[in-house]
Amino acid sequence: MTTLVALLVGTLVATGFYLLLGKSLVRQIIGLSLLSHAAHITILLSAGLRGGVPVISATRGPMTDPLPQALILTAIVISFGVTAFLLALGYRMHLFGGEEKHGKEKRDDR
Amino acid sequence: MTASLIAALPALPIIAPLLTAILLIAGPSRRAQRTLGLAGSLATLAASIALVLLTRGGQVMPIQAGGWAAPYGITLVADMLGALMVLIAALIGLVGLVFTIASGRDDRFVHAGWQFLLTGINWAFLTGDLFNLYVAYEVMLISSYFLLTHGTTQRQAREAFGYVAINLVASMFFLFGVALIYSATGTLNMAHLAERVPLAPAGTVRAASMMLLVAFGTKAAIFPFYFWLPHAYAIPPGGVAAFFGGMLTKVGVYSLFRVFTIVFPSGGPDPLLLWSAAGTMLFGVLGALAQDSVRRILSFHIISQVGYMIMGLALAGQLGIAGGIFYILHHIVVKSGLLLVGGAIEETQGTDRLDRLGGLARTNGVLALAFVVCALSLAGVPPFSGFFAKLLLIRAGLEVGQYGVVAVSIVVSVLTLMSMLKIYTTAFWGPGEPRRAPARLVAPAAALALITIAVGLRPQVLYSLTSTAAAHLTQPARYIGTVLKK
Repeated sequence: MTTLVALLVGTLVATGFYLLLGKSLVRQIIGLSLLSHAAHITILLSAGLRGGVPVISATRGPMTDPLPQALILTAIVISFGVTAFLLALGYRMHLFGGEEKHGKEKRDDR
Repeated sequence: MTASLIAALPALPIIAPLLTAILLIAGPSRRAQRTLGLAGSLATLAASIALVLLTRGGQVMPIQAGGWAAPYGITLVADMLGALMVLIAALIGLVGLVFTIASGRDDRFVHAGWQFLLTGINWAFLTGDLFNLYVAYEVMLISSYFLLTHGTTQRQAREAFGYVAINLVASMFFLFGVALIYSATGTLNMAHLAERVPLAPAGTVRAASMMLLVAFGTKAAIFPFYFWLPHAYAIPPGGVAAFFGGMLTKVGVYSLFRVFTIVFPSGGPDPLLLWSAAGTMLFGVLGALAQDSVRRILSFHIISQVGYMIMGLALAGQLGIAGGIFYILHHIVVKSGLLLVGGAIEETQGTDRLDRLGGLARTNGVLALAFVVCALSLAGVPPFSGFFAKLLLIRAGLEVGQYGVVAVSIVVSVLTLMSMLKIYTTAFWGPGEPRRAPARLVAPAAALALITIAVGLRPQVLYSLTSTAAAHLTQPARYIGTVLKK
């Protein structure tokens, strides 16, 4: 199970970087959010995947460490906020007709 | 009453700007916004001065949020290093805000964003917990994205997108590092980590430290992660650029100082960091020599100066780290001063390109004087603070026998002086009768120039504070003991 999740993280990172290196703005934004989700899943992995439901579990016995779940909750909220900001910025660039020009260096327009 | 107030003081530099920002979001009138913004910055400055006075003797002041004892709860810690950094952040925040107001660039929510940025920066300096450091970074970065893209033009949007993307990737590395270190040690409290890291599997610790080096290094713009900086910092208006250029990269440098001394201590000079420091100094200044506008030259200089700070960290002795902290504080004052001069030039002349400027010294005497003082201090010419910062670093380098990096740092100082001369000879001398900058735009830069002169005249005051800070980092027993209540 841990190996499978680790492979998932690897796939997410690879896909994220592939999309980030492309030219389309929307793809870059999706790539960035895939990258942050890879990091979230890694934090989940750091607690280990064995053990029962923490804190509210009815059964006694080994529980999963709940702290990393609190951590990814925070991290997800932050990455949600940044993704929303990026989408707004991307929309702004689209309004300027910036999508085509993005990535091409055109320095001297002040 | 006073005792509980003093105990709560380390939280005040975070809470004061946060409350101000929340009040500002309600959107009062322009005049009320200016008053509130200035009041918030002044309150932060007052709290940070009190913090420096209280930690002057080497005290460590922890706050356990929610009453949970240290490794379980969230810890805020004010030690000498944190207090000094908060002081400089509050100072630059205030001066930059005065400039922004004076140049009339504070429309809509700029004041709220400014206070949120100050909150994030101070939080990063005062937290004693790795994950909290991440959250503080994000508060700071999201505010900086806002200030950077505010009133977006097309060029701003394009440059800002790259800035956001690079910071998101760095944050991803940060989270990977946090996950690895948590899986290896089961804690994120820095004092607790310092105790547990030596017991953890060496491979995982090494991997985690490299992840964090990439994350902090990208934010601090060290070699080879510096390429994003000059693009991002040349776009915002002058006051914002001064705050960014002075403070934001230094939060990354501060994190490197904190984490790579307390959590991952190195026995002696670290070759990886030394190479990186030499590369940062050299490539930054070479980039600066190739630029043709005032603010782009200054942005490239931020990179090369970060190299000196990393050199202090890489030398690892107490003298080296004290020199590095001295350099950080000196650099923030001087660099913000220079960027404010650049901002004043751009506000009054409408451009900061060297080929369109000339003769500024004839009409703007005080501005030229402020530029000369800051530039000479940046290059390390004797009566100013930069000389003592460089002297400490060079002495520390010679003491541990790292002659290569010392040689690079001396060569880079000369190159820095060269590129400053380039600005001075083309923009301040030469033909032209440029407009006169109003006094309200010159005063902030002049104030910072006066500070660097004052530090240069009495360097031992600041040096005793920075060596106390360095002692906490090189012998962290007191820090760990106080935070964990042993």
